[in-house]
Amino acid sequence: MTTINLSQPLDTAARPDNYITHTRGFMSWAFTLDHKRIGVMYLVSVLVSFFVGGVFALLVRTELLTPGQTIPGVTADVYNHFFTLHGAIMVFLVIIPSIPAALGNFIMPIMLGAKDVAFPRLNLFSYYLWIFGALFTVSSLLLGGFDTGWTFYTPYSTTTPAGGVIPALTGVFILGFSSIFTGLNFIVTVHKLRPPGMTWFRMPLFLWAIYATAIIQVLATPVLGITLLLLIVERAFNIGIFDPSMGGDPVLYQHFFWFYSHPAVYIMILPAMGIISELISVHAHRHIFGYKFIALSSIAIAIFSFLVWGHHMFISGQSPLLNTLFSLISFSVAIPSAVKVFNWMSTLYKGNIVLNTPMLYALAFLVLFTIGGLTGIHLATLNTDVHLHDTYFVVAHFHYVMMGSALIGMIGGLHHWWPKITGRMYNENLGRIGCITVFIGFNVTFFTQFFLGSQGMPRRYYDYQPEYQIYHVISTIGSYIMASGFLLTAYYLLASLFGGRLAPANPWGGRSLEWQCASPPPFDNFSTQPRVGDCYDFSAIRWDEKEQGYVVDRALDPTLNPNLAAKNSH
Amino acid sequence: MTTLQSQPNHAGDAHGADGAHDGAHGSAEHAKYPFLQHHFDTPHHQFDSAKLGMWLFLATEVLFFGGLFVAYAVLRNRFPEVFSYSSHYLDTIMGGINTCVLILSSLTMALAVRFAQTNRKTGLIICLILTFMGAIGFMVIKYFEYSHKIHDNLVWGTTFYVPPHDAAGELEAKELSVAPTTSITLNPVNPAVFAVPTLAPTPAVDASAIKQASRAPAGMATPTQMAKAEGLPTGEHDPSFAHPATHLVDKKMPANSHVFFAIYYAMTGLHGVHVLAGMVVIAWLLKRAIRGDFSSDYFTPVDVGGLYWHIVDLIWIFLFPLFYLIH
Repeated sequence: MTTINLSQPLDTAARPDNYITHTRGFMSWAFTLDHKRIGVMYLVSVLVSFFVGGVFALLVRTELLTPGQTIPGVTADVYNHFFTLHGAIMVFLVIIPSIPAALGNFIMPIMLGAKDVAFPRLNLFSYYLWIFGALFTVSSLLLGGFDTGWTFYTPYSTTTPAGGVIPALTGVFILGFSSIFTGLNFIVTVHKLRPPGMTWFRMPLFLWAIYATAIIQVLATPVLGITLLLLIVERAFNIGIFDPSMGGDPVLYQHFFWFYSHPAVYIMILPAMGIISELISVHAHRHIFGYKFIALSSIAIAIFSFLVWGHHMFISGQSPLLNTLFSLISFSVAIPSAVKVFNWMSTLYKGNIVLNTPMLYALAFLVLFTIGGLTGIHLATLNTDVHLHDTYFVVAHFHYVMMGSALIGMIGGLHHWWPKITGRMYNENLGRIGCITVFIGFNVTFFTQFFLGSQGMPRRYYDYQPEYQIYHVISTIGSYIMASGFLLTAYYLLASLFGGRLAPANPWGGRSLEWQCASPPPFDNFSTQPRVGDCYDFSAIRWDEKEQGYVVDRALDPTLNPNLAAKNSH
Repeated sequence: MTTLQSQPNHAGDAHGADGAHDGAHGSAEHAKYPFLQHHFDTPHHQFDSAKLGMWLFLATEVLFFGGLFVAYAVLRNRFPEVFSYSSHYLDTIMGGINTCVLILSSLTMALAVRFAQTNRKTGLIICLILTFMGAIGFMVIKYFEYSHKIHDNLVWGTTFYVPPHDAAGELEAKELSVAPTTSITLNPVNPAVFAVPTLAPTPAVDASAIKQASRAPAGMATPTQMAKAEGLPTGEHDPSFAHPATHLVDKKMPANSHVFFAIYYAMTGLHGVHVLAGMVVIAWLLKRAIRGDFSSDYFTPVDVGGLYWHIVDLIWIFLFPLFYLIH
């Protein structure tokens, strides 16, 4: 047993040798096994894809400004390619890997006090699978594109003359394996690399969320893999498993696809929920309320996620019994989701709330997720879904969840951990302005679409009746506002890399282990095994004027002061 | 796991002896075991993690094949007569031999793991070679099965109903058990015989155009008429003519029989790919075993490679009865 020396400094002093400067040169990044570098490479790749997917979104919105053709050259066929690419890029290249693979890779091992993930080589392999998957998906553009929608429904996807369907399917198949290996790696890491003292119920909630996500990634994604493989074979050889003209069953494809893709929605949202738990607790400087409920509700959502896929097929000829069951189970997802929201609200109550950028993103998440979640109830209800199915109401609903919640959570987390990842502080005021602009733009864009959908505007349509135009115009203006908010965010984040103030080890007053190593972290993360305590106990955290950051008052900390620990345990 | 515990506990010794004057955790272990990665404390820690990872990977494999098993169940439920009929075309003897080969190779793999754990290098190498031979044997038998079926035009998709042009011209009556028929009479009970597949390349159609059914209503055309339309020999006036696709002249063949072969090739093909991947793994293990990498301290790759090989075998154990033994 090592004794704790109270005068020994914590491992937080910024050092010239960190993970960025440890080795140099392109090859030292391309073949790195360091989880932090792999996380950063994922982050850059995901953000570039986000930009590309965003450009397609703006093209779609601009095209919809007027009925019929708006942008010269964008015919109905080209429009179909645009929204398909927007959907496929945003889902498979951006949202699914954004939090687990990018932020999770960087933060998770440090939160665990570990030196790396369990399988560093597999981690790098996942990243290259992502790259190859992305190249395949984007190469489909050169081979004739694909216009199937991101869902690849049969029989259209097996018969469309668009030439890029098979490359796109191959790309998504490869991306699926990237996701599986990341999830597998993270499950083993959480099981095997927790430091002494970190029991399951002492893990930061972000790790619970990543763990629950990893379970879904490992159990659901293989089904997507086999589905896409069968679809490729169906399209190439017409084998007759999904194609009705050959005796196949197209609804079987829908079952297979949603057996993955509904859980995939929770692959997107669960890690964002984990981030929000961190943001709200740290930036309100208050112990998280209902820790165990938040942790277990993540697992509950992961389990429920496998039992609700049929709610995408209420009007696909599913039996009434199945419809009823799937509807009921879909409603019950509201329970663990609401447990989380109420616990976050209770954490904020009487908290010492700092309205900085990460907190603003967390608050935006609460609003947007509540709207997104509650409109889901309309769609889980059998009779209303008959009217709302495949309308803009659905589009608005899933954008509130997938973008307003998952991506907003990711961007909030990016701001929260930006000082840790880059060692620099961004401009706080610009950050606030950016967040508010995105929030306003988002609501203008997508709240309008609830009206549009409930009045009957079908999704994915190129043309529409003139009475819908006013809504489309408002929605498109909203998308421009949102885009300007994101561009501002990109600007000040990039500017901070060059001119930003050096970040202290703990700029926000966090208590979990990543705030106990330097910013940016050294190559090995921790030179000694860090001590683990309650990662939401902020009582020992003090602002230090000299550091311009928070420090741990060692005398007050039960995990660092053995006398205090002894007293507490009796 | 149990064997690791029966080894002398290096981890405990190291902590006692070197831990005191070595501040950093686990670095004594790392000096002792070159294979130990920097983020694990002890060899046992590393072994346990690798094994958990492999079991998770096996779970993904089960789900990966699970999709195919579900597709099999749905299609068999839809066309039970197709499955009980088409299964006759599979060679139970060959499938049975292959099953035995794989089970034996599982045994040699399990022995290889045991030999690695007990430091018996020669036994390890021999067992890995035997396992590899088993994999080759399986693939060779599978090759003969596939090529025989492809020769008989028992294939996937629309080709199932139309023999390839060159095959149609061959005179191979002596190989056939079913006598060639001089003319095919209309049989409305058995519409699949008269299927008209889309032979011409699909014309460029509107994106919104829905593909036409590839099977015409019963009685529209017979294979003979189709062959005539294609300018192929039909055998109408030549009693010695026969193409090898006996199923096309079998009046008992139910409609949609191609579906059985579609799912047969999908499942056994994917399994075959896994066998090939297993061969790569075994070859890599063999190379490392010959180099002397493995010992009772470090046999993780043999252990997890063995686990993978067992799941490949296990999937075949399910495939064999589901395809070969259902009639």
